[in-house]
Amino acid sequence: MLADKDRIFTNLYGLQDFSLKGAMARGHWDGTKGILEKGRDWIINEMKASGLRGRGGAGFSTGLKWSFMPKQSDGRPHYLVVNADESEPGTCKDREILRNDPHTLIEGCLIASFAMGAHAAYIYVRGEFIYERKRLQQAIDECYAAGLLGKNNVHDYPFDLYVHHGAGAYICGEETALLESLEGKKGMPRLKPPFPANMGLYGCPTTVNNVESIAVAPTILRRGASWFSSIGRPNNVGTKLYGISGHVNKPCVVEDAMGIPFKELIEKHGGGVRGGWDNLLAIIPGGASCPVVPAEQCEDLIMDFDGLRAVKSSFGTAGVLVMDKSTDIVKAIARISYFFKHESCGQCTPCREGTGWMWRVVHRMAEGRAHKHEIDMLLEVTTQIEGHTICALGDAAAWPVQGLIRHFRHVIEERIDRYAANPHPQPVAAE
Amino acid sequence: MTVRRLAAEQPESFAFTPELEEIANALIAKYPEGRQASAVVPLLWETQKVAGGWLPEPALRAVADRLGMAHIRVLEVATFYTMFNLAPVGKFFVQLCGTTPCMLRGSDDLKSVCQRRIGEQSHVSADGNFSWLEVECLGACTNAPMVQINDDFFEDLTPESLEKLLDDLAAGRPVKVGPQNGRHGCEPVGGPVALTDPGLYAPRTKQEDASSTSAPTSGE
Repeated sequence: MLADKDRIFTNLYGLQDFSLKGAMARGHWDGTKGILEKGRDWIINEMKASGLRGRGGAGFSTGLKWSFMPKQSDGRPHYLVVNADESEPGTCKDREILRNDPHTLIEGCLIASFAMGAHAAYIYVRGEFIYERKRLQQAIDECYAAGLLGKNNVHDYPFDLYVHHGAGAYICGEETALLESLEGKKGMPRLKPPFPANMGLYGCPTTVNNVESIAVAPTILRRGASWFSSIGRPNNVGTKLYGISGHVNKPCVVEDAMGIPFKELIEKHGGGVRGGWDNLLAIIPGGASCPVVPAEQCEDLIMDFDGLRAVKSSFGTAGVLVMDKSTDIVKAIARISYFFKHESCGQCTPCREGTGWMWRVVHRMAEGRAHKHEIDMLLEVTTQIEGHTICALGDAAAWPVQGLIRHFRHVIEERIDRYAANPHPQPVAAE
Repeated sequence: MTVRRLAAEQPESFAFTPELEEIANALIAKYPEGRQASAVVPLLWETQKVAGGWLPEPALRAVADRLGMAHIRVLEVATFYTMFNLAPVGKFFVQLCGTTPCMLRGSDDLKSVCQRRIGEQSHVSADGNFSWLEVECLGACTNAPMVQINDDFFEDLTPESLEKLLDDLAAGRPVKVGPQNGRHGCEPVGGPVALTDPGLYAPRTKQEDASSTSAPTSGE
């Protein structure tokens, strides 16, 4: 288990003083000016050396992403946009940063913006997080009052930070949909290229980062890249916020080392699987889009990008959903399919039509009201959606269904058999 | 995708109140010159509050005119984002998360409570006090199951605590926002396992700001 002294989010549970004064007492905003004085290149190189991979799910190197921004402005302003549109089922980590440790994020915004030549940044908070948004704004106001932000601030780097919010569309967590939404349009993802680093917000160079990626940056730069990269295992380093939900005794959010064994995470922090370890059926390891991992693969599972890839799933945002043996796994996945059907923006046909189609079929399968040959047809359709859409929502909708069929085909088949074996009244045509 | 259409019955007109006008100015000031359309989602949200919890069609036009946008663009936005209510809702609008993490922890039972207490989804109760809607993930999965009532999250619910909550709201009694089972936030039931080292918070508390820093975390 990670030592408390190595945890970045020391007010994760909101039990400490949330104000600027409290945050400073916990070591935030310490020597920020000194960090900026080391220069853009030093910051970006240090971020690259730290091995931090984006915490929003895709796991792309944060330092490398920052380096994609033009070194010199061609006259257009640069922007940092922070993605706080946390909406994936199972993921609820950024909320805790926003409401309890906002100064980590605010300081990170200043440093990241400096490193990318941005003088303004927007934090896009999901619409439902009304309280979180207020707390964040309160923290930002405090920073303005203390001269940490603004046109003339103590860091000698003019910088404005704004809170923006959405209104209940999961798709706005996709970076280009987020930019569309921020420009006042429907959140429909853009075709890439051009990439946001060249043509982002208002057609200007923009970088979109996850809340956690930005919020850990100041501590990394203060304590050094080597400290961060010494935690975890190669290619999967640092600390990470894990969300543990579902059938555990004590659901919680916790910061721990990358690469923590799944069993340790659940037993130490989550209070164990409800009914004991042997009662585990499966997990969805990193948010609803990640394929399900059955219990037998959880025994030695390592919680990081490579560990989850080894079992054909994905680390995502590390929001672990635990399901015990009482779970109707087909129904659970059907509900996820409904989520994606509901949240598809409707721009690409494979996703708009496919998510609804998958949901209807999986929903029937949950009752057993299907034919066995439909299982393979369903699998075939998921591959027609996956990779055939502008953004990853199509993929995200396909993966849980693929995971279900890969590991629980027998459950679907049994259910179909059971349904077929029992006499059912013939459906009567509507009159 | 969801099909979202404007309500059949609409008021005649909608006018910006001075307060809303002030809010609009503050929102528009956040964005660069000429980019006032960026304020459309926040402004619609504020307008919805002023208009009584939903967005009548004349309000959409008023917002479009205020931001210099074509009416159709604002209609698109209002029908795209699900937090914009296109028909009236109850004084207490219960949004019940029914997505898998909440479902696994009993949101179906909460749905039955709403059904019995309030009636069908998207219908305002006779006294105008309540309406409810099953929504997609509200992002409080470690405190499941939960509902959002107007602006506030109510988490770690049971059918009993939800019933009590609805009773209290109906009677105008004060309610506790957040977890309903004694938790403070997202820490494990019974107190945190992590962040228990008093050394994390000790050094500076002894100095000048002993009063402003609360006690170190410990299992309660």
